[in-house]
Amino acid sequence: MNVEELQEIAEAAVEERDKFEYQINVCMGTGCLSQHSDKVKEAIEKEAGAAGKKCHVRRTGCMGLCAAGPLVLVEPSEQRYGHVHAADAKDVVASLGGEPIARLDPHLEGYFEGQKHIVLENSGHIDPEKIDEYIARGGYEALLKALTEMTPQTVIEQISKSGLRGRGGGGYPTGLKWDTVAKVKGAQKYVICNGDEGDPGAFMDRSVLESDPQRVIEGMAIAAYAIGASKGYIYVRAEYPLAVQRLTVALQQARRRGFLGNAICETQFSFDIDIRLGAGAFVCGEETALIASIEGKRGTPRPRPPYPAVSGLWGNPTLINNVETFANVAPVIRHGGEWFSSMGTARSKGTKVFALTGKIKRTGLVEVPMGMTLRQIIFDIGGGVPDGRKFKAVQTGGPSGGCLPEEHLDLSISYDALISAGSMMGSGGMIVMDDTSCMVSVARFFMEFCMTESCGKCIPCRAGTVQMYELLTKICQGEATHRDLDQLTELCEVVGATSLCGLGQTAPNPVLSTLRYFKHEYLAHIDEKRCPAGVCECSPVAVEVHA
Amino acid sequence: MSAEPNVRTLTINGEEISARSDQSILDAAREHNIDIPTLCHLEGLSEVGACRLCLVEVKGARRLLPACVTQVQEGMEVTTHSPKIDRYRTMILELYFAERNHVCSVCVANGNCELQSLSLKLGMTHVEIPYQYPQLPVDASHPRFTVDHNRCVLCTRCVRVCSEIEGANTWGVMGRGGESLVITDLKQPWGDSETCTSCGKCVQVCPTGALFEKTSVGNKTRKHPDFLPYLQIMREGE
Repeated sequence: MNVEELQEIAEAAVEERDKFEYQINVCMGTGCLSQHSDKVKEAIEKEAGAAGKKCHVRRTGCMGLCAAGPLVLVEPSEQRYGHVHAADAKDVVASLGGEPIARLDPHLEGYFEGQKHIVLENSGHIDPEKIDEYIARGGYEALLKALTEMTPQTVIEQISKSGLRGRGGGGYPTGLKWDTVAKVKGAQKYVICNGDEGDPGAFMDRSVLESDPQRVIEGMAIAAYAIGASKGYIYVRAEYPLAVQRLTVALQQARRRGFLGNAICETQFSFDIDIRLGAGAFVCGEETALIASIEGKRGTPRPRPPYPAVSGLWGNPTLINNVETFANVAPVIRHGGEWFSSMGTARSKGTKVFALTGKIKRTGLVEVPMGMTLRQIIFDIGGGVPDGRKFKAVQTGGPSGGCLPEEHLDLSISYDALISAGSMMGSGGMIVMDDTSCMVSVARFFMEFCMTESCGKCIPCRAGTVQMYELLTKICQGEATHRDLDQLTELCEVVGATSLCGLGQTAPNPVLSTLRYFKHEYLAHIDEKRCPAGVCECSPVAVEVHA
Repeated sequence: MSAEPNVRTLTINGEEISARSDQSILDAAREHNIDIPTLCHLEGLSEVGACRLCLVEVKGARRLLPACVTQVQEGMEVTTHSPKIDRYRTMILELYFAERNHVCSVCVANGNCELQSLSLKLGMTHVEIPYQYPQLPVDASHPRFTVDHNRCVLCTRCVRVCSEIEGANTWGVMGRGGESLVITDLKQPWGDSETCTSCGKCVQVCPTGALFEKTSVGNKTRKHPDFLPYLQIMREGE
């Protein structure tokens, strides 16, 4: 494969596409599929055939606005329709070249303004199971450029220059990580893609894998070239069957096109990727536990150092990055590190994909430049809180993150700003809560999650989360005292400071952040035995009745 | 191996000591009679860093570091005891006691138990954390030994000794979080285990009364895990 051949494939794909007057893209991500978008696609195909219209009905990945699914995008008019069902197929086909259908308007005013799609640039535009469509949109240019025009060192330099930081939550500088692994001597090195997305309310990685799997494969191949690895693993949860299926197809196609395997693009570089399925343990998102799981062992973390960069998979130097991090690699190489670092804030560059869930009008996936405020994301793009309720808090960072109140809505999104506000970036889950949410219950929910997901290896996390969960339950039931609250605070400190891995170390965060911003709710439960949001059933208190 | 002496100089609690570069903080400290409490650590077995009792402060480190798995470095400044660390250690012990049914007065290991000794040493006078009182099984199906999960601290010494020293791999861990349990084979009764060689090493290394010999109760349950370093030296000599 060389540049000319790549261009030929791209041109052929474009030619194929241009044979049709209209493109009708039907979202077939997990969200829309659950609303039978496959039936919608079938119906549109049938109707188009019957009407004799020259249109290509394409299966695509996520289009973002999951709340309005199933979604349909008509090209070239860029007309989007929401809540399209099989019965609407006839109207959709009839409207081609004519007036748009008003009743299927998904009301996207303000949804795309402010968004910047880099990771999601192909989502909703290409068929994830057709590599040629990916190539037609500039796919594998970056790999070819890296292999033929750049040395491993210059690839790493570009990544470092871009300022890209780990998108899995930790925010470790990607360039630095690559550089470390590249410098470690070792005959065999590995690249691992961490797709063990487990935060409640987070589905960024799933959508990327379902919508644009080739992008992740290309990113991994570039990383492998940069650090000198010949073998890669994608660790995906078995709960993502569609992502696994599309990845399997994508890997086969990449091999067939010669982007994986021996002597890639007629160079000395060889690299191949295997899929490993996770059995649903949240802790396996922690890199050392993930490595143990790939090795076929019990998925428990081990103390670091040694870091995987030095001693990872089977004791070999290993690079682990998140799905979204790898998805950012190809654009950085294609456009250069400086292009990427021109977006975002001083220390957080580029864009971030967020999964908006909870009490928000436009549930779905958005990608925004770093530095955007929470208010812009939640109100301008997300449409705000539905049913006329009042915004109360937004939870970011999953069970390791925290709840931020209204006064922090003007906070600019960046790794450091979120941490100083008591939350964290996390992998990108954003759960919006309105005034019907009880913050103590929310903290209890996340503690329950950490308790059941603790691997049980170290005592602070194993036993501490159980104790904290029970104290929170006691508060919710209106049976707690101030002594219990003190004990909860003390446990938060000990579990956070002494746990072995990130799961335990950050497990107290939802409690700490709600205590910081919503202490009055805790006190209402304790002193007045009532839940201000009316969620918890506090046990009745003896009331003195004067006869 | 390079011929150069790989000596590192560090300070522990203000005292300057030297250590080999491959030593952990814990090894170096113990060689100089500086006490760091441990529970899951046992000389002769691999380290897991699970009990978190050996956490120490290292100047410049963001977090507390487990002394058992942290290698010494030149110029390291280690503090093994401070009001904060002592408070954390006591609370960790309280978590251990509250987690299962550690009732010393009715335990076979009373007087010979590492958990008990640690609480005496660290001054854990009472447990403020509510007891969980889980209902856990006792497996006495083995002709010579018994496992009482109520007294298990999940240090995994039995798992490690069985795999690393005996090579039988009979012991393992099942379940997650608070539901974790040490098991023999695929949770068969110990007596039915086909891999167990009945060597009894697991019993000797168990720090509490979770694993014990049926013939010895009370003061006789003193355990002898000190065979491990000898075994190691002998094997290295081969």
